[in-house]
Amino acid sequence: MSSTTTQIPAAIPPKREITTKPRFSDRVFRGVVTSGGLSSLVILGLILIFLLFNGYNTLKTQGLHFLTSSNWQAAINDSGQIDPKNSHFGIAAMLIGTMVVAVIAVVIGVPISVGAAIYLTFYAPEAVKKVMVSAIDLMAAFPSVLFGLWGFFVLEASGEYWAKLLSKYFSWIPFFKLPAPYVTRSPFIAGLVLAVMIIPIVTSISREIFSQTPLDRMQAAYALGGTRFAMLRAVAFPYARSGIVGGIMLGLGRAMGETVAVYTVLNIVYQVNWHILFSAGGNVASMILLKFGEASPYEIKALMAAGLVLFILTLIVNSLANLIVSRTGKSGR
Amino acid sequence: MALESEENQGDEMETTAAKNSLSDITAARLQKQPGNSALGVGLEARGVHAWFGEKHALSNVSLDFWPGTVTALIGPSGCGKSTFIRTLNRMHEFIPTAAMAGEVLLNGEDIYAPGVDVTKIRLKVGMVFQKPNPFPSMTIAENVLAGLKLAQLKVENKDDLLEECLERAGLWSEVKDRLNTHGGALSGGQQQRLCIARALAVRPQVLLMDEPCSALDPGSTLRIEETISQLSSTVTIVIVTHNMQQAARVSDYTAFFLSDGGPGQMIEVGSTNEIFSRPKDERTENYVTGRFG
Amino acid sequence: MSTIEKVPTPPPRKPWAPTPIDRAKTAGILAAAIIVSLAVLFVTPLSGKLAFAAVFFVAYLSIDFVVSFAKAGRAAAVDSVFRGLVTTAIAIAVMPIISILVTVWVRGHHGLHWTLFTKDMHSNSFTDPVGQGGLLHAIIGTFLLVFVAMIISVPIGILTALYLTEVRGRFTRPIEFLVQAMSGVPSIVAGLFIYAAILIPFTKTVNGIQGSLALAILMIPTVARTSQEVLKLIPEDLREAGVALGGTQWRSVALVVVPAARSGLITAMILGVARVAGETAPILLLTGGSGTKNYNVFSGSLGSLPNYVWQAFSAGTPESITRAWAGILVLLVIVVILFTAARVLGNRKVGKK
Repeated sequence: MSSTTTQIPAAIPPKREITTKPRFSDRVFRGVVTSGGLSSLVILGLILIFLLFNGYNTLKTQGLHFLTSSNWQAAINDSGQIDPKNSHFGIAAMLIGTMVVAVIAVVIGVPISVGAAIYLTFYAPEAVKKVMVSAIDLMAAFPSVLFGLWGFFVLEASGEYWAKLLSKYFSWIPFFKLPAPYVTRSPFIAGLVLAVMIIPIVTSISREIFSQTPLDRMQAAYALGGTRFAMLRAVAFPYARSGIVGGIMLGLGRAMGETVAVYTVLNIVYQVNWHILFSAGGNVASMILLKFGEASPYEIKALMAAGLVLFILTLIVNSLANLIVSRTGKSGR
Repeated sequence: MALESEENQGDEMETTAAKNSLSDITAARLQKQPGNSALGVGLEARGVHAWFGEKHALSNVSLDFWPGTVTALIGPSGCGKSTFIRTLNRMHEFIPTAAMAGEVLLNGEDIYAPGVDVTKIRLKVGMVFQKPNPFPSMTIAENVLAGLKLAQLKVENKDDLLEECLERAGLWSEVKDRLNTHGGALSGGQQQRLCIARALAVRPQVLLMDEPCSALDPGSTLRIEETISQLSSTVTIVIVTHNMQQAARVSDYTAFFLSDGGPGQMIEVGSTNEIFSRPKDERTENYVTGRFG
Repeated sequence: MSTIEKVPTPPPRKPWAPTPIDRAKTAGILAAAIIVSLAVLFVTPLSGKLAFAAVFFVAYLSIDFVVSFAKAGRAAAVDSVFRGLVTTAIAIAVMPIISILVTVWVRGHHGLHWTLFTKDMHSNSFTDPVGQGGLLHAIIGTFLLVFVAMIISVPIGILTALYLTEVRGRFTRPIEFLVQAMSGVPSIVAGLFIYAAILIPFTKTVNGIQGSLALAILMIPTVARTSQEVLKLIPEDLREAGVALGGTQWRSVALVVVPAARSGLITAMILGVARVAGETAPILLLTGGSGTKNYNVFSGSLGSLPNYVWQAFSAGTPESITRAWAGILVLLVIVVILFTAARVLGNRKVGKK
């Protein structure tokens, strides 16, 4: 035996790379599926490009005023032409209005949704749970125009009642002050309608997360003599917290982008209004719909810019929300 | 003072373990005198049945647990021993289709009687599970004291209780310098002893252990067994185990469960020595001698 | 000590279930809370159903707390109150659903006539008496819009799902993320995008296909995500079996995976349709709202149910409002049917025909 032959088994052979040459049909298949998979990227990219392309001129001429001023005026000169010099486009009032109604929706809708999710996950008998989950999922499929009409004809009345009550007893809080005695079609009522609209989303996400609460930890809490509430506080809430925050943000994103329902129930007034019970407000989406009908091509470009701002805003909120939701459960384990 | 006696007992345990013979160990264990359940103290199961939906999982088990003893429940998988132990502190009812019959008496009172506060029962009858399950959002100290928070109990001196429970669980020396770190960083065996400390903090009368070592390595298993021996003078322990050597090492009494395809039944109960050396029932003999299961 | 054979088995019982005494206690607390709230309403200036509900809520929780506290201490009392809170939450969450369904029926059923399904609005206006004209054009329009949107979005959605579950390439994580981001695109933005990308540069007028394209954008994420969930449920060994038999991945997916997931994929499609059938904002920008039947999605104004409802509501007379509710009723029935179909299909076990 020579020394070389004994050395060969001692040396670790390099790892072989396993390669296959995919068949033609598989390459076509993967190509088609991948191109389909990339469609979301393409569509989101195209939305960004087209809105930017159309809104660019407005953003350039208006500059930062587009975000900070609350003046919307498409001026027309003596010859009936558009007068870009004297036209002013700013969406500050609508941006603030968007946040105001969305935040009202979240403040009212989230406790109800999370409470409902807790009931469905930890308290409801099986039969009740099935029916309620179906009902709430069905509500998620209701058209927004239906929520708008329902808000206008039904919720408005009780909303006014609560608005009057709030303004009577809590007018020392700046938000609840009424500058004039008009409470119909206020941001408060729009917020109520949006709260109802986000309940299905936030409830189903919260339910999903609560239902993943590790059983062994729940049992440990019960075995230590904890009540159900004590178990929830020690085990379920810490486990679900970040996921619920994500769910809330998804609800916020939905509330920010809502058009028709807000348009129906809100008195859209082009001024910054922090008095949520007062009959004036707006949001970017419903403003676009309101102005679109009689807008000149020049003004439509400004509306495109407003749409771009709304798109980016909801994209940021939703992306953050999804990041938070998808991280739940990976930590804390 | 209590500490001292525990340590002594630990030494005794180690010396007996050193003899390394099954019959010697069980003989040493037998010297312990059983308490008297006629006084109405301790835990007694009377004709306990358990169902999951239509499935009759456990049939007619009557078993007394003397105060200050360790009782091992042995038997092959699916014989109903885990189901039985879960009826003892009413964890059975968490399965939605579960039902039961019979009585479980704690200090002479039926824990299934109407109007009984189930959380109070679980405070008196604690449980340690198969898989260590510390609360990951809490620190080691918070984990030990979690039961107090859960049941909203007031305690004079939390630090003393913390030290005492960790000491009794045999974990104090290993974690005393990092009480405020999270429990997740501990090894599996340490986590399980943390869970034992957590169960002890609410001062249970009985401690149920459902295969507490089945997810642990042999070294950790030995430490848990030492802990069990130390605890047995102050707490009544019921332990479910697959491991017959373990039953022989740690228990005073052993109950053998078996299912012949139907509901699980208790075939035989006696002192651990008897069960392992001269079982009355042929099936028990077959099982403890390793002929099946 | 050992078990005695041949003892008759006692009947199973559930000692932890609420006993009649527990139920009576709950009923007692409820009754006490009702009496207290009636008394409060009688004494104080508060009035009305909503005030009663609010007072009752507070009264119930307080009485419940006191009773539980007396019986079992603070922890039990807190637990009991929390149960009351979450039960209230689910009640409030379900209330709007009931209110909406009742409202739609009560306000809409006056507007139901057979002519709704046989006539269009080409010779009528919304302010005409309710019996005249119909929404045949709108039903046809909605059907066409949704059908075309479905043809566009279902293949894209399912391909996306296949990419995420079967191909699992480099972009899986980012695409999963983008699909989720896409589901948050506001409908008005989808409308603006099609307006900017197609109506301004090319058609310069309203037509159906533009609406379908906008709806497709809103539908793709729903279809993709639901399909992905379904495909995830297909057991891995089924895929491996397909490949191990010497099939290409393409054949394994086409002949094994997709057929096994078929009913789930149909569910995904139906849910997507239900999601967009009532979508209004982009329709208002893109399709026009003709009152005449139009079978051509590629040219001419195309009426649809949401558009009909919107116009009728905006007209503002009692007749037109009734028309709006009748239109909503029809739309809602369609959505409920689709949703129920999706549920029934979705509840079938994956992998079974």
